Amino acid sequence: MKRIAIALTVNGKTEEVFAEPREHLADLLRGTLMLTGTHIGCEHGVCGACTIEIDGVPQRSCIVHAGSCDGASVRTIEGLAGDAVMGALREAFSREHALQCGYCTPGMLVVARDIVLRLPGADEARVREELAGNLCRCTGYRGIVRAVLGVLADRRAGSSRAEPR
Amino acid sequence: MKPAAFSHVRPRSWSEALELVAGGARPGAGTQSLGPLLNLRLAQPDTVADLRHLPDYAGVTLVDGVVQIGAGTTHAAIEDGAVPGRLGEIMAGVARRIAYRPVRNRGTIGGSLAHADPAADWVAVLPALGGSAVAVGPRGERRLALAGFVTGIFETALASDELLRAIEVPVLPAEARWGHWKFCRKVGEFSKATACMLAIPGAPPRAVLAALDRPPLVIEDAGALLADPADEAARIVAGLGQMAPWRSALAQAALRHAAAAASAP
Repeated sequence: MKRIAIALTVNGKTEEVFAEPREHLADLLRGTLMLTGTHIGCEHGVCGACTIEIDGVPQRSCIVHAGSCDGASVRTIEGLAGDAVMGALREAFSREHALQCGYCTPGMLVVARDIVLRLPGADEARVREELAGNLCRCTGYRGIVRAVLGVLADRRAGSSRAEPR
Repeated sequence: MKPAAFSHVRPRSWSEALELVAGGARPGAGTQSLGPLLNLRLAQPDTVADLRHLPDYAGVTLVDGVVQIGAGTTHAAIEDGAVPGRLGEIMAGVARRIAYRPVRNRGTIGGSLAHADPAADWVAVLPALGGSAVAVGPRGERRLALAGFVTGIFETALASDELLRAIEVPVLPAEARWGHWKFCRKVGEFSKATACMLAIPGAPPRAVLAALDRPPLVIEDAGALLADPADEAARIVAGLGQMAPWRSALAQAALRHAAAAASAP
């Protein structure tokens, strides 16, 4: 099948690649660009392992095909290494044993970061609802939920300290 | 897992998109339903026409009491309040419970409606809100009532050479009451039974029962369901013919819960 030229921004860098239109973005990232931090699980949008940021918001990279990615801006787990919120989440995940095998972790972290930034007032029920699209078969989720709630609480405490009284 | 080979085309104008569709291309928007079908090879189109870059494909406008929602508007945009007023509140509540946020960030209201999965959320809800689907085809634009838009499982009233351009829904008064209930064993999975009811003071309440092995059942005057939810839900579901006991029980529960929520003050 004919390959097509695709230009996209990945972690701030412009990449020009050739891909079959049917290739999904997760395969393109892992196979062509060697960004293997994006994991592939179910390949039909259910498990959440491949969740990355596309055009600034979390999306499934397994059900977005190469042809539709021309011009897209993508940030993978590798591109979030220096991000402050991600740093806090990494520490919290480690502290709370929020991972064991690590397979779900990149997608889990991308979604966790979105929860922290988009829903600063989220309680446990909301965090669980928002995490429902990411499957973890090791932890039973308790550590993951605690880690996200911990970062949310730290940020609330930090922002209330910063407010003049 | 790889889809069967297909070519990908990105039309820049509606006329170009219509030519592609007339030539057999499969229209794709957010591909949050089509993508899995491609990966599983349940869909094997020769060409996918990527509608996402068409002019005015996404966005919400309010003209003369009617909210026009571009077919390419994402569920997440609706969840975050893109639709104004009471209608927006109702639609935001529905949107929030579609699949998962990363899916809602790309999936679109028009894509979901045109795909017409019987368990899909907008398929169940839009007929209750009234209004119409704006179809565009080689003969121009026409409006199709949302109440009859989905005609079967993965079947709609769109002609094979037409595309869904927008959805038009009338604004709702602040007093409009709404009930929506769906049964999912896990947050975000496909519904096993969905019902909703819209009650506007001074007009007959409208109800929809969906996620069935058939197109959604639209009940234009659901006054009896409001008055006597248990008996009327049983009567409505019995009227659909033979179905598995668990399915019948869930469908009745959906109707009862939707009616109860719509009658709450």
